[in-house]
Amino acid sequence: MTNFNFLKYKIFFLFVSSFLVLASIILVFTKGLDFGVDFKGGTTIEIRLEKKIEIENIRNSLSKLKINNYSVKEFGAVNDFLISTDNSISPNDIKNFIEKDLKEKITIRKVETVGPKVGSELIKSAIYSVLLCFIAMFFYLWFRFEWQFSFGGIAALFHDTIITVGVFSLLGLQFDLTIVAALLTIIGYSINDTVIIYDRIRENLKKDSTSELSNLVNESLNNTLSRTLKTSGTTLLSIIAVLIFGGEVLRGFAFAITFGIIIGTYSSIYIASPIVMFFKVKRDWSVKVDNTP
Amino acid sequence: MLNFSRLKIGFIISSILFFFYIFLGNFNFINKTNLFLDKKVNLGLDLQGGSYLLLEIDMNPLINKKLEEKTVDLKKKFNEKKLDFKNLNILNNKITFEIKNSSQKEIAINLINKTNNDENIFSRINNNNIENANKDFVYKIEKDLFILQFNEEYIKRQKKDAINQSIEIVRKRVDQLGTKEPTIQQKGENRIIVELPGLTDPSSFKNILGKTAQLNFKFIKTSNSSSDNLGFEKVKNKSDGLFIEVEKRLIVSGENLTDAQPGFDRETNQSIVSFKFDNLGAKKFANATKDNVGRPLAIILDNEILSSPVIREPILTGSGQISGGFTVEEANQLAILLRAGALPAPMKIIEERTVGADLGKDSIRSGIISFIAGFLLVFVYMVYAYKLFGIFANISLLLNIVILISVLSIFGSTLTLPGIAGIVLTVGMAIDTNVIIYERAKEELKIEKSNIIAFDIAYRKSLLTIIDSNLTTLIAGIILFYLGSGPVKGFAVTLCVGLITSFFTAFTVSRLMVSKYLMANKDKIINI
Repeated sequence: MTNFNFLKYKIFFLFVSSFLVLASIILVFTKGLDFGVDFKGGTTIEIRLEKKIEIENIRNSLSKLKINNYSVKEFGAVNDFLISTDNSISPNDIKNFIEKDLKEKITIRKVETVGPKVGSELIKSAIYSVLLCFIAMFFYLWFRFEWQFSFGGIAALFHDTIITVGVFSLLGLQFDLTIVAALLTIIGYSINDTVIIYDRIRENLKKDSTSELSNLVNESLNNTLSRTLKTSGTTLLSIIAVLIFGGEVLRGFAFAITFGIIIGTYSSIYIASPIVMFFKVKRDWSVKVDNTP
Repeated sequence: MLNFSRLKIGFIISSILFFFYIFLGNFNFINKTNLFLDKKVNLGLDLQGGSYLLLEIDMNPLINKKLEEKTVDLKKKFNEKKLDFKNLNILNNKITFEIKNSSQKEIAINLINKTNNDENIFSRINNNNIENANKDFVYKIEKDLFILQFNEEYIKRQKKDAINQSIEIVRKRVDQLGTKEPTIQQKGENRIIVELPGLTDPSSFKNILGKTAQLNFKFIKTSNSSSDNLGFEKVKNKSDGLFIEVEKRLIVSGENLTDAQPGFDRETNQSIVSFKFDNLGAKKFANATKDNVGRPLAIILDNEILSSPVIREPILTGSGQISGGFTVEEANQLAILLRAGALPAPMKIIEERTVGADLGKDSIRSGIISFIAGFLLVFVYMVYAYKLFGIFANISLLLNIVILISVLSIFGSTLTLPGIAGIVLTVGMAIDTNVIIYERAKEELKIEKSNIIAFDIAYRKSLLTIIDSNLTTLIAGIILFYLGSGPVKGFAVTLCVGLITSFFTAFTVSRLMVSKYLMANKDKIINI
């Protein structure tokens, strides 16, 4: 069994984490997020040309169309492009226009059109579901442990979610409904490590009600370290496969989960556990002893 | 936790066989003989290609139309009884008017009540108390000002009728266009989801679904317009965009059509739509045309005059044709629309997601590759980390996938690309259960001499932890299920089902294997 002194640098890590959270919040409010069509409304069209073509040609062609808002970006393969516009023009018209203008054959691979009303509804329900998830986790931890554990766990979850969103803002990655799905998955999954550690902390607390709390927490972290790393590791292996082979559609989603699992593992050790110590959990568990995990 | 009764073992094995049976039914080449059930996992629109459309019904025109009808009715009754009134208006879903002479208040109330058939009299709001609260209309009097409106119940009922009717008509229209296995369902109180698998260019559907298709026949205003008409309104002419005054009085509407077919007029070289009225419609049309030979008729579709033929002779057969400078395609669409009937209220397409068939195929391929890659990575790692026990875990992982697929088949769930990602992710998460148990066993083996006791403790102590960790992810999955639509929902489904099945396999299949192995090798030193 390992014998690291995890808590030795807890102040340092708490500082780093607070910095990252703060930086993420600032980033989201200043740089913003590149909202996908789900949230922003509008139309995206994924097109494929028969051969490679410079993106500038497509931009030029679109500029002749006199539409207000449009953007083009490469999408996976060299001959695949993603065109985003508002809803003022039909995808078929765009396709026909570019085909005529560039004298190239184009196939539309995908069209997504979301009205502004639906977009704002989706934002609302996305926010609600993330909040609902937090609340559910809080009460779950409270029910299973003590309120101190709830705060520790929720702080770690906030930390994971905010920093993941911050990274999306920093890298300018598209933020759509699948990313929110990834966030919810992270929330549900990254609490697992925390639960495993908390379980062990409580088990050790019951065995020993006299030792220094920090020693008990540190011992619990060492007890569970191999388990924490291995469970996160296997899940990471599977999602990395999706990240590499899952194609352009799943890339953002897989990236969010990959990042979330890594940061979630870190936060279970360096955020969730120190916070429980700060709150001073109850030491006398003698009332109920048996059937503990 | 390592003792299995024969009954339990029998149960585990028979349930695995059952799931295998369902699972194999998913493969066409195996199921040629129809030996297996025809229950399959459906592929989502993002995998097989197809179109998802979300339609929203705008209920305001419906309520407005009812209010207008009511206003016309009131005006007529007031004029008959010589009631002095002014400012009869519709504003914010309310009808308001003032009476000039306060002594006529009772007469007004009487007339209001008379505009309702049956006993459907207006309820009166007095000092915020509603009398006859169960009536469809309510009114309020402030001095000489009358305020009339529909009550909430009535509006709710109208909306409900409207959505049901709309779904019916959307279904008819979609059926007319012919596509394989469309799904049409209600969402919320005023939305309709239309899913069209295999359809990769929904433009003709969008043209047809977005049209109200309210067809009206009215007379154009002329010097000899009858005096008992209900006034005039201006309607846009399709061919030149000018507004033409037509009588508000309705001769006959599309409701009375029994058939409509696209056709071609050889004389004018134009595409036309020929139609046929039912008995009532034919009678109405015959009466109107008999008395109005020589007058121009306006054929109005969704507040636009398609054509304005002059009546040359009474039309008694109940059939006719519409020419409006249509293309062949337009004539086809109009015929479909008229056959399917008019929507009770206008509808808009507020969301569209269409995936081409080749992107779908690409997605299936990348989904399968990432599944195989993810599975192999986990597989190899488990053997490396836990040797023989890793193999036990891997076998139960494989079974987990079989069970997951068959559960999805039983429920007829839809597999989407994120759904496949969910399966890959559950591969990584499902193995966690075994990791937690084995890690605990490692610890216990240091204290306990007996392998069996050590593993027994490990299974027992891990149970609650495993339930905990699965439950939290499950909670998130359920919330996700309610948030998402289509692809995202597919992910939530595979994630949730995968977690539950993984719990089952870890505590039955792999535990059974571990137990059999330990019983057979009681004294061997376990290398885990």
